[in-house]
Amino acid sequence: MALLRDMTLGQYIPGESFVHRLDPRTKIIVTMLLIILLFLVETFQGYGLIALFIGGLILLARLSPRFVLRGIRPMLVIILFTLVLHVFLSEGEIIGQLGPLKVTKEGLFKGGMMVTRLLLLIIGASLLTLTTSPIALTDGIEAILSPGKRFGLPAHELAMMMTIALRFIPTLLEEMDKITKAQMARGADFETGNIVQRAKSLLPLLVPLFVSAFRRADELAVAMEARCYRGGEGRTKMKQLLFTGRDYAVISLTLTFAVIVGSLF
Amino acid sequence: MALKDIDLEIQQGEFVSIIGHNGSGKSTLAKLFNALLLPTRGDVIVGGKNTKDGDKLWAIRQQVGMVFQNPDNQIVATTVEEDVAFGPENLGLSPDEIGRRVDEALALVGMEEHRHRATHLLSGGQKQRVAIAGVIAMRPSCIILDEPTSMLDPVGRREVLETVQRLNRQEGITVVLVTHFMEEAALAERVLVMADGGLALSGPPAEIFSEGEQMRQLRLDVPQIVQLAWELRRSGIPVPREIFSINELVDYLCQYA
Repeated sequence: MALLRDMTLGQYIPGESFVHRLDPRTKIIVTMLLIILLFLVETFQGYGLIALFIGGLILLARLSPRFVLRGIRPMLVIILFTLVLHVFLSEGEIIGQLGPLKVTKEGLFKGGMMVTRLLLLIIGASLLTLTTSPIALTDGIEAILSPGKRFGLPAHELAMMMTIALRFIPTLLEEMDKITKAQMARGADFETGNIVQRAKSLLPLLVPLFVSAFRRADELAVAMEARCYRGGEGRTKMKQLLFTGRDYAVISLTLTFAVIVGSLF
Repeated sequence: MALKDIDLEIQQGEFVSIIGHNGSGKSTLAKLFNALLLPTRGDVIVGGKNTKDGDKLWAIRQQVGMVFQNPDNQIVATTVEEDVAFGPENLGLSPDEIGRRVDEALALVGMEEHRHRATHLLSGGQKQRVAIAGVIAMRPSCIILDEPTSMLDPVGRREVLETVQRLNRQEGITVVLVTHFMEEAALAERVLVMADGGLALSGPPAEIFSEGEQMRQLRLDVPQIVQLAWELRRSGIPVPREIFSINELVDYLCQYA
């Protein structure tokens, strides 16, 4: 559970800053543009500019940089793994050797590049979730995907699934905690043993959790039907999304930035 | 649970409670009222509309709201106001109208100040009141509550029952309360006793709870206060049959002495 608690990714920090008040669609589009840009750019100068851009957004959002950086922690293993793979497994000019492992100049360069890319990716994405409430995020995704409805894309259903998932995460975590304690009271041991034994000891947690999740799903479906839910057809929303001049300005600015940086670096 | 031979009519504005053992068919009966279940034989008519008529299904569910037992499994959204808005949104109302109805419904259940709170942080009683507000926001003429207090603590129970009584008295909303707490059943104007899928007894609480022998045969308890009143009557104190609450009995006994 420690992983879920520490994840900044997906933890909304309420606020009234410029970034917070942007339409969720704007923030999703900006994040997408930055992600695409990160995969196009292949020089450190380019990354530097993107880092400056993201840093500017963090300032505008009035978030503490330390908190934003904390979001990297759960991803640290993946980042280190990427670095090690690149440094030791790339072909090229050898600048050091450690037994059978060769460190190459190209490897160092590529590894550094990938790590920078990953770091900026994580920070950029967590900036979106830190400044946008889960509901606004779901509404934004639904609105962005809704043109796809004509081609059979279930935009409303996807958004509803996300809403319900968000709604039930705390409920299921609480339940998991309860089951853990109940099983511990019966003498279950989750802490000792090797990885296989520990994975096995999770079974008596997961089975009751799944059974209860299915029962909850069933009851929720009945309750939703009783409240006249019949899919997205004919449904309205209490909160309307509204594009303002701010949103157009931010999108065009990001687009210009992306085109310039993307073509130069 | 199959039901049989039930002939029942509930008037607009009435407060009816349904009691009975597990498996007596009380929840099944409740689910027939808003077409979550359809009768295989016989008809259920809601405000002149037959629940078998597929075209009227959504009109019936708008008219007859339902609150369920488990507060966690009927709340859809992550914040209070979003959840109350869920029903009106399904009805396709305009954003302004939805906003108005959410205000109104939250005020009626006394949850205005929790409007922006996350639903999972509320107490059980508050969650049930949000669920009631979610139903009220659809402007139903009738609310069915299927054991709404069985998972709540005493404080939560009182909150929910007070809300339900207020909606019935002030707003004229018909209330059907399914419960296995006899004290709750006694709040209604009429008590229906279910047994083995049929209607065993029906009448005002004073009548139902005075039929000691019959209730005993159905293996149902009567409220403790009623039992005490029986004993008092047997020992010569003429306690009126309409007394169901501790306060009423205390008042009566103080005046009697």
